[in-house]
Amino acid sequence: MMPLLTTKGLSRNFGGLRAVDGVDFALMPGEIRAIIGPNGAGKTTFVSLLSGRIRPSAGMVVFDGADITTMPAYRRVRLGVAYTFQITSVFANLTAFDNVALPVQRTLTDGRSKGQVRNGVMAALERTGLADRAGTLAGQLSYGHQRLLEVAMGLALKPRLLILDEPTQGLADSEIDNFITLVREIAKDATVLLIEHNMPVVMQLADRITVFNFGKILAEGTPEQIRANGQVQDAYLGATHD
Amino acid sequence: MRDASPAKTYALHIGVIALLFALNFVLPDYHQGLFARIMALAVFAMGYNLLFGYVGLLSLGHAMFFSAGLYGAGLTVHHLGWGVPEAFIAGVACGALLALVIGLLALRTTGVAFLIVTMMFAQVFYLLILYFAAWTGGDQGLVIQQAARVVSIGGASLDLTNPTVRYMSALAMFAIVLLITLAIVRSRFGRVLVAIRENEERTKMLGYDTGANKLAAVVASGAICAASGAAYALLFGYVGSSFAGVQYSILPLLWVLLGGAATTLGPLVGTLFMYYVTDITSGFTSAYLLIVGVALILLVLFFPKGILGSIRQRWLGWLP
Repeated sequence: MMPLLTTKGLSRNFGGLRAVDGVDFALMPGEIRAIIGPNGAGKTTFVSLLSGRIRPSAGMVVFDGADITTMPAYRRVRLGVAYTFQITSVFANLTAFDNVALPVQRTLTDGRSKGQVRNGVMAALERTGLADRAGTLAGQLSYGHQRLLEVAMGLALKPRLLILDEPTQGLADSEIDNFITLVREIAKDATVLLIEHNMPVVMQLADRITVFNFGKILAEGTPEQIRANGQVQDAYLGATHD
Repeated sequence: MRDASPAKTYALHIGVIALLFALNFVLPDYHQGLFARIMALAVFAMGYNLLFGYVGLLSLGHAMFFSAGLYGAGLTVHHLGWGVPEAFIAGVACGALLALVIGLLALRTTGVAFLIVTMMFAQVFYLLILYFAAWTGGDQGLVIQQAARVVSIGGASLDLTNPTVRYMSALAMFAIVLLITLAIVRSRFGRVLVAIRENEERTKMLGYDTGANKLAAVVASGAICAASGAAYALLFGYVGSSFAGVQYSILPLLWVLLGGAATTLGPLVGTLFMYYVTDITSGFTSAYLLIVGVALILLVLFFPKGILGSIRQRWLGWLP
């Protein structure tokens, strides 16, 4: 099977700091991949390079067989690469409905979906359990609901690859359970790449885990392999071995 | 929700147009003339509001789009002997073209830099008008003769210097632009414009080419302001460089802020309010600008979102 997304020698420097340093990465269609690593390991920079929010200093990004290294972010979105933000950035002064209407009308314009804006919006809101809050201003939603709205917007883009940057941050435990169910649901027709700090979530959701440290991939494997990996324990969990 | 009350929204706008139509028959001569002027200039404010209110781009150079329309219409009538409809179209085309060029250059900046760049371009435009005084009449301006301001349709002829014809022409343009603005605001394009105002970075990550959308908004805004300018030249018969000065870039900002930015009817309310406050106070005292200033300060204190903006916030959430 051909990978949905690959990177070759992908690098990004900020001044002298090599935030992402020659990363070779491959993501298979349909998998749920988690990226973990200590703070400052380059995780967010890495996914920002994938989504096109920042340009790489070197290396290339290939999506579905096409080189998208220099493609602007908005065109990657139209190809099916969706990104949800680490810091919640819903449109606070717009209703939940209008927040989701924006991605829905995008897919309609691109011909990637059919029907009416209203139906598409309500479908995405129902999937995330926000349907009864369609008319509420996004800024007045609770934090957990804003995170869900963010996911609904990502979903409404009909992504082939959905990148979630710390989606469970700030969610209550009860909300996290719903969230796990939701991501499994999404993964039925999209590939999911998530950065996540909450280890129980990662262990439950991820098919494979990639560990970043100092801008490089430290290890990659199934949750069991990663859990057993001594290097990972050193870097991430701060454990010492005898 | 945006689609909650389309019937109410349309009824309100049609009602306002109908009210203005009826006013023609009851207003005394002086106020009829003033209203024609206010409607023509409210179109200027609506064009400004499209960019400032909905996209959130603060320009201080819109006098150049207004005067592009003013001179585009006035010069073609004066020097080329064009008829009124052709001259009006020429004015709008000049404004749209100028907006395209200015947009391509000025949109490379944002925020305060955008404000300064647009202001500089407008000053260049103003100085060019003075420089080419042989054609533009310089600071004297040009008077468009009454004979040139007659439209003949079939056998009938409409004299734009006739107060009722003038009023109705101004109303027709106002009504068309109001409905166009309403349609834009309620459209998918309008939703993207508001999204850009709220968070441009996020809008990009939803697959929108925000640069292209902003450019389209600048061109639409410039064309509407030019329509106002072209109509002003043809209805009131005077084309002058003072309309290209910086005060005519500040005025639409004031009207829009007063009436309510990002409301479809706010520009009309703001223009009307400013004109009448000035008109009434100048009847009592020569220090009327002082009173206008106090009125503005009170408004900003108690209606920080403008008259209609505050009404929408407090009572009528469905106002577009």
